[in-house]
Amino acid sequence: MSGDARSSAFEIELRLLLEAIFLRFHYDFRSYSMASLRRRVTAALSALGCETVSALQEKILHQPETFTALLQYLTVQVSDMFRDPAFFLAFRQHVVPELATYPSPRVWIAGASSGEEVYTVAIILAEEGLLDRALLYATDINPDAIAKAKAGVYAEERIPTFAANHRAAGGKQPFERYYTSAYGHAAFDRKLRDRVVFADHSLATDSVFAEVQAVTCRNVLIYFDRTLQERAVGLFRDALSRRGFLGLGAMESLQLTKQSSAFEPFLPELKWYRRS
Amino acid sequence: MVPPLLSRPRETELVVVGASAGAVDALGELLPALPADARVPFVVVVHVPPSKPSLLVDLFSSKCALAVRQPFDKQPIEPGVWIAAPDYHLLVERDRTFAVSIDEPVNYSRPSIDVLFESAAVVYGRALAAVVLTGASRDGAAGARKVRAEGGLVLVQDPSEAEVDVMPRAAIEESTPELVAPLAQLAQALRDISRGRP
Ligand SMILES: C[S@@+](CC[C@H](N)C(=O)[O-])C[C@H]1O[C@@H](n2cnc3c(N)ncnc32)[C@H](O)[C@@H]1O
Repeated sequence: MSGDARSSAFEIELRLLLEAIFLRFHYDFRSYSMASLRRRVTAALSALGCETVSALQEKILHQPETFTALLQYLTVQVSDMFRDPAFFLAFRQHVVPELATYPSPRVWIAGASSGEEVYTVAIILAEEGLLDRALLYATDINPDAIAKAKAGVYAEERIPTFAANHRAAGGKQPFERYYTSAYGHAAFDRKLRDRVVFADHSLATDSVFAEVQAVTCRNVLIYFDRTLQERAVGLFRDALSRRGFLGLGAMESLQLTKQSSAFEPFLPELKWYRRS
Repeated sequence: MVPPLLSRPRETELVVVGASAGAVDALGELLPALPADARVPFVVVVHVPPSKPSLLVDLFSSKCALAVRQPFDKQPIEPGVWIAAPDYHLLVERDRTFAVSIDEPVNYSRPSIDVLFESAAVVYGRALAAVVLTGASRDGAAGARKVRAEGGLVLVQDPSEAEVDVMPRAAIEESTPELVAPLAQLAQALRDISRGRP
């Protein structure tokens, strides 16, 4: 059998698996990047002790509790605080002053993962004197990630990177101020999440839930195909107030979407756009 | 009867290249040798600390006849030289567009050569050629094996010539390449491939 035929067997099984997941668990991965899913499902196979994707499908249908484990492979939980400091410096210097003109500005962090980006935004708003009257929505489809985001506890060995990025992003306070350390962990100040609403929300299946003045959605769209990217950007368009801000990840842009007329470049080289 | 697929002469439609320690010199010999009329895209993963590959684009642009670019997400894979962005994996989709991911590093590397090679092997099969150059890691070896398994070509820099021989040696161990040769000869092979000759 040729390699091509073998790989298409894998792809057929993969599509069937995604269909089964949608029908049984209502998670919709059917329009995700196949190249990425292929890798992640291959990793899940060995971790969950399955020879084939079909076997994995049987397993999650008949032992639904294993789906939680599979979800950890299907969603990518890689994050950092102040990742790409220049992006967050621009947020601080150019977006926050505009948000400050609203009595109660709202920011939506879509695909917030385990919360690093949420604390990043909260720290900047706190340093700029805006956190007390702001409201942050932090959404994700992975319940374990949301639980971690709420807890706000990270391995202490990550602190030097966080702190260096914070400084590079124009940090105004000593970073130690934001957490307490114990037993190799850093627990972030609860005050930082007083103004955060954490919610389970899918850019693939859910709709707009609030009007916001800024959205950050970073390193999430790269996992979607172009159709799903359109859907997600459509949600941001509908959620944003006029002249609201959209910030994307370093490798993402609105270049290929059909929504370009709804947005204008704000600081496009830093991936900041503005609702027109 | 031989199935038509196998009797068809090989036509390479994509070349993927992986390089690590010593990459700048090796690529500096290889990429400028590619002709301006190359019909085949060349996709390169280089291990360098984050933020450096954008410098590589500038560095090689001035030396190459082909356009040298950094691919963005979902961009169609057109002829020219593409150098993976720092801190993201680069992959290939079935519809021959680029995809990027921020998945965990593989072989301590992001971008990882294995990730590019494996995803390209699935899509291009026999129409893929993979090149492993100098480097101090084993990244690329598993990818090269996958390329061979899917019917593609594997070319490896002669370890005795490579600045660091670990990576070419690992690729040779794992994949039994079609060609192990010094850069000058690899450059000739790529020139042939890029003009649609096997
Ligand atoms: C690589 S993380 C990005 C984390 C963070 N935004 C950053 O850039 O550091 C991607 C996140 O997107 C989430 N995600 C995947 N599909 C989603 C969807 N349909 N709706 C909302 N979030 C999703 C994943 O669960 C994961 O937490």
